[in-house]
Amino acid sequence: MSVDKDTVRRIARLARIALDEARVEPMAAELSGIMGWVEQLNEVDVTNVAPMTSVVAQSLKMRDDVVSEGGNAEALMANAPEGEDRFFVVPKVVE
Amino acid sequence: MSSPTDFTLAGARDALRAKEVSAVELTEAFIGAVEAARPLNAFVTETPDRARAMAKESDARIAKGEARPLEGLPLAIKDLFCTKGVRTTAGSNILSNFVPPYESTVSQNLWDAGAVMLGKTNMDEFAMGSSNETSAFGPVFNPWRSRTSNAKLVPGGSSGGSAAAVAAQACLAATGTDTGGSIRQPAAVAGIVGLKPTYGRCSRYGIVAFASSLDQAGPMTRNVRDAALLLRAMASVDPKDSTSVDVPVPDYEADLERGVKGLRIGIPKEYRIDGAPPEIDALWAEGVAWMKAQGAEIIDVSLPHTKYALPTYYIVAPAEASSNLARYDGVRFGHRAKGAHDIADLYEKSRAEGFGREVQRRILIGTYVLSSGYYDAYYIRAQKLRSLIADDFTQAYKKCDVLLTPATPGPAFAVGAKTADPVSMYLNDVFTVTVNLAGLPAISVPAGATADGLPLGLQVIGKAFDEATVLRAARAIEVAANFTARPQPWWRAA
Repeated sequence: MSVDKDTVRRIARLARIALDEARVEPMAAELSGIMGWVEQLNEVDVTNVAPMTSVVAQSLKMRDDVVSEGGNAEALMANAPEGEDRFFVVPKVVE
Repeated sequence: MSSPTDFTLAGARDALRAKEVSAVELTEAFIGAVEAARPLNAFVTETPDRARAMAKESDARIAKGEARPLEGLPLAIKDLFCTKGVRTTAGSNILSNFVPPYESTVSQNLWDAGAVMLGKTNMDEFAMGSSNETSAFGPVFNPWRSRTSNAKLVPGGSSGGSAAAVAAQACLAATGTDTGGSIRQPAAVAGIVGLKPTYGRCSRYGIVAFASSLDQAGPMTRNVRDAALLLRAMASVDPKDSTSVDVPVPDYEADLERGVKGLRIGIPKEYRIDGAPPEIDALWAEGVAWMKAQGAEIIDVSLPHTKYALPTYYIVAPAEASSNLARYDGVRFGHRAKGAHDIADLYEKSRAEGFGREVQRRILIGTYVLSSGYYDAYYIRAQKLRSLIADDFTQAYKKCDVLLTPATPGPAFAVGAKTADPVSMYLNDVFTVTVNLAGLPAISVPAGATADGLPLGLQVIGKAFDEATVLRAARAIEVAANFTARPQPWWRAA
């Protein structure tokens, strides 16, 4: 499966990674190489094989729906690159 | 004992209890060794002040007769484990200033057991790499060099800093994480022991996530006994990780010397690959002979889907990574680009500046295989292959107790040798990645060396939650191999 330049631009947009136009073509070649290599999975007959959903057989644990921690807004804000009071600051999103 | 840094983890524990050395003396010796090892670039952050404070507390506890299992033992922590108040980077620019407000469960378990933190070790960015060359903090160099060349070699990856620190005796032991081989592969090429436990054995809480269904923390140590000791302290069921499993953690040291008499050891024929250097096959044959000589029963088994494990991994792991790494948006923590004109621009620029090339590549692969129209063809097919790969092991374990294989397809290679071709780099994990897909425990143990004197490892793979048998078999290999070579400390003169 070859990955073309338009596909690279599309998935970079979906992944929210700005990709310089100069990097689109090399990235298309790299991804084509990797996706070409994984094509070999098509050799295997997977009819009636269930996809793995959990690597260790166990049922999902349940716990009481209670607050286990909280009230630490300051600690959570400490790493924010831009904050004001207890709010994260982002560029204007509503005109 | 010429220097306190020559101790093993278990040896240092015993010496501390016998009051032959103090925790402060031990810690000072290792702080010196960490500084002397700077040319290896094994540490991203050194924490000598914290180490001294912890050692002092340990001496007080020892004096009162209140020593805990790892009391006063200096360790290095892979920089993927969040450490409260100590910068945690995951080897990435996007987290270069991140100071976690909380502690990972595994590291908390170690501090609760009395261990001393020397610092945070370098690693491939977000654990994506097999050579420690994708780190935003520069490559790590392997303490080992070939006898015939002074070329700098990689320490493997992604836990390359931990492997180098242990091999250079800059810590007693270290933590690593293993998503496709990131503990076992660097351990093998750095001549140390590395154990990936069963998925769910150690809590993943507070470990920066790469591929959540594959990631598992484990010990990297100088010998098998130390791995047993450290794993016991790291492992726990944890309410903060719903995939951690409530299975009792045994005293792994207790059974270590029981030997392999009567143990059924499976030899999977698919691990004999074309193009592997002859010394890999020769070492494997030697391992089989050692086990046979010690009374184990050798059984040929087949794991027919082995060749599909790596391509399966390179769908599953990037898919999970693209989802996990969506959280790095330049808003709540981490790198934020300047001059963005709207919110989408802020995300795109922050991520483009913050993530390195390999991480971007894997996010794009993951986004692609999960995107509309490709999800069934790639992701669902890969998850079906994963079922088949796991079932291969289930079938094999009807006939044997553990499997014995090579750990890597070759020894440490030169810095830069494999960076041009991603697929050739990915092939380093050909013998380790199957185990992650099936969630099983496996260990790499130093077993020999190339003609040039570079270490090579053998891998023992066990049944789920049977780390005790894995360790016992590894100990038998360790005894037979008697691998006592040490790297020449060239970095001290550098």
